[in-house]
Amino acid sequence: MAHRPKRHSPDKIPLEMTPMIDVVFQLLIFFMLTLKIVAIEGDFNIKMPLAPSGSDIPELDLPLTVRLSAVGGDKVAIELDGKALGSFAELRSAVIEKVGYNTGEDSPAAKQEVVLDVDYDLHYRYVIDAITHVRGAPTSEGKFVPLVEKIRFGQQRAPGAAGG
Amino acid sequence: MKVKSGAPMAEGDMTPMIDMTFQLIAFFMILINFNEAIIDERIQLPKSELAQPPDQPTDEPITIQLTKDNLLIFSGDVVPVAQLRGLLTNEKNFLERKKDLATGRTKKAADATIFIRADNRAKSGVVQQVIQDCMQLQFEKFALRAVQESKNEP
Repeated sequence: MAHRPKRHSPDKIPLEMTPMIDVVFQLLIFFMLTLKIVAIEGDFNIKMPLAPSGSDIPELDLPLTVRLSAVGGDKVAIELDGKALGSFAELRSAVIEKVGYNTGEDSPAAKQEVVLDVDYDLHYRYVIDAITHVRGAPTSEGKFVPLVEKIRFGQQRAPGAAGG
Repeated sequence: MKVKSGAPMAEGDMTPMIDMTFQLIAFFMILINFNEAIIDERIQLPKSELAQPPDQPTDEPITIQLTKDNLLIFSGDVVPVAQLRGLLTNEKNFLERKKDLATGRTKKAADATIFIRADNRAKSGVVQQVIQDCMQLQFEKFALRAVQESKNEP
């Protein structure tokens, strides 16, 4: 490393460091104060086509209906095609049992559609829980195997009309 | 403090300090989050194991946030759900004046993606209402946003 000369010759102008250090510290403090650590966010894509579905979908590929009912203040009752299930883990198992894993475009799970029929007053987190459990299954290596990609909302229910 | 003239002055070497300070500035600059404007702390997103950040940025994103009191936050303003259609109509009109740089065609509502950041305690029916309102204005693509759940969390 080159050492700074102790004495400057008359033809050399010494560089004033103080303003630069002032500005640098101002910048440093600005970035430190504006730093906000946020959790990583992700998306679940849902396509709600405007054209009436049915004409291009084979009749055999009837959608699976996941019914989520608000029970009491903050509980949920889950049904898959009318069959009551105890938890979201059971919902995932039932979906795997019906359509298997999504192993490619030709697999039944890739073609299958799931319709979410939810109560108006149900807390939104249960909708995300249902989508999570229908869309993927964890493996022992900590990764996720895709299940059903096509998820959409069904007909909107009236406020206060829980159950049914 | 009086310094005797002619006495040799000890001059500290500033280089390591400046190096370190620039490193710190670079570190904080990289960490700064420019999406902060659309991330509102009033919204507590639901958690999901499958929530993964998108691989590539979305072409025409429109973010709608829904609080636990079932009010919308749109472009920084808190508005009731009933006002959403008017606000989205403005967005749609603006979008339809834009041209796709690659193809040259005019963009339409179906090209946009509506990001819904709803609080985990919001009513599902209101989320559906938001989607219905968007669909009536020809929006088709929706992304429900959730926060990544770490595997250690219960």
